[in-house]
Amino acid sequence: MLFQKWILSLGRYMQLLGRTFRKPENFRMYYRAFMSDLELLGLNSLGIVSVISIFVGAVVTIQTAFNLDDPLVPDYYIAIATRESIILEFSPTIISLILAGKVGSNIASTLGSMRVSEQIDALEVMGVNPASYLIAPKILALVFFNPILIMLSMFLGMIGGYLASLGGVMSVEDFAYGLTVDFNAYHVSYAIMKTFVFAFLIVSISGYFGFYVKGGAIEVGVNATKAVVSSSVAIIVSNYILTQLLLV
Amino acid sequence: MIAVKQIHKSFGEHQVLKGIDATFYHGKTNLIIGQSGSGKTVFLKSLVGLHEIDQGEIEYNGQALGSLNTKERKSLRTEMGMVFQGNALFDSLTIEENVTFALSMFSGMSVSEKRDRAQFCLERVNLPNVGSKFPSELSGGMQKRVAIARAISMNPKYLFCDEPNSGLDPKTAIVIDKLLQEITEEFGMTTVINTHDMNSVIEIGDHIIFIKEGKKAWQGTGEDILDTESPEIVDFVYSSELFKRIRRNKA
Repeated sequence: MLFQKWILSLGRYMQLLGRTFRKPENFRMYYRAFMSDLELLGLNSLGIVSVISIFVGAVVTIQTAFNLDDPLVPDYYIAIATRESIILEFSPTIISLILAGKVGSNIASTLGSMRVSEQIDALEVMGVNPASYLIAPKILALVFFNPILIMLSMFLGMIGGYLASLGGVMSVEDFAYGLTVDFNAYHVSYAIMKTFVFAFLIVSISGYFGFYVKGGAIEVGVNATKAVVSSSVAIIVSNYILTQLLLV
Repeated sequence: MIAVKQIHKSFGEHQVLKGIDATFYHGKTNLIIGQSGSGKTVFLKSLVGLHEIDQGEIEYNGQALGSLNTKERKSLRTEMGMVFQGNALFDSLTIEENVTFALSMFSGMSVSEKRDRAQFCLERVNLPNVGSKFPSELSGGMQKRVAIARAISMNPKYLFCDEPNSGLDPKTAIVIDKLLQEITEEFGMTTVINTHDMNSVIEIGDHIIFIKEGKKAWQGTGEDILDTESPEIVDFVYSSELFKRIRRNKA
């Protein structure tokens, strides 16, 4: 029964994606929606991403230093571990999970409110494809901006580590040296590839839960929660699959 | 003209529309009346294609809605305007942007042409100076008039209104009724209004169909409705003390 329900939801999700990627009625209107979504989903997330990245970068450095407290292990290994943790996992995956909460609940509740107040029906009666007009610009906006946010997060994470080293965890010189030792640029490419997929999953899954809300305010809340949970699970599962495909 | 032939619509086990036949005439205010839960809104939403019907046919000037492909249906929809029960104004857009939304999407008009059209539509509903405001800054009656202005912005052939008087005081409700009647004649539209407001029925009902439990129980004009002996209509129309008194005086 549960499996049947899941298959049914997957079918509706694929159907919605089919409706989302149709030819726009008017490119200028879609471009305007894209620019507005870029601000709403991307620029407005800069603050939270920056704060979290700096502090987590600092904490990762301190914890790594605490765990590698061995005279046989050079101090710059702490910086290597911090760099790899941030590039490979923290910035692409954890920041995407945080965005799934922030951006996903925003998308699901906005579309859900539009559904219950008949604004989506109004678009449909006008002859506008609501799935395409409301979801496609959001997908494009986050797929475009998520890699920028993640790159920024990587940079700020390392700044956080540097600030921690200033606090006396290790020498600043060792930290700076460690960041450059054995640096593999492919790891950054791998992280960026993941963020494209995560951005797509966050918006499309949240859009699905918002678009098909039935009922009133309570159902909007319930679906916003489902959107966050489902997109988070999708990120975690796809993270494993992508890692297996791209790193192993 | 819109012709409806034997339409059925169910939601799961619950059958809402049970074979309705109806005709909605060009240039007239056609009313659908009935008690709450009788299937009026489902019927109206089926007419515009928001609900896919299970059985039957809906024809717009002889063209069956069900036989249209996506492109043809989109094209037909640009000839429709709809006023929703809760207005359904886009709350992130200004009033002017709401009114010009469909024009921006489909018309290819210049900014100044769109602005002129919005001004014309808003003046037509007696709201000339609200273009820069947001829907939340207006009263319920004003929002309803903006919804009407938005619905007529594309010069539609068909206008659908779902309970346009709900939540309005009697005086504002009469203003909205009169406005709908005037624009129907002025724009030569086929207007279909869903209501259970008896004032509307008597004031503007050119052609009325009465729905009871998903079936058409009666049809006639605003004049006929006061004289009919149909038990369903008598029960519905004369349910209030005021109308009972009118009936007694008439007798």
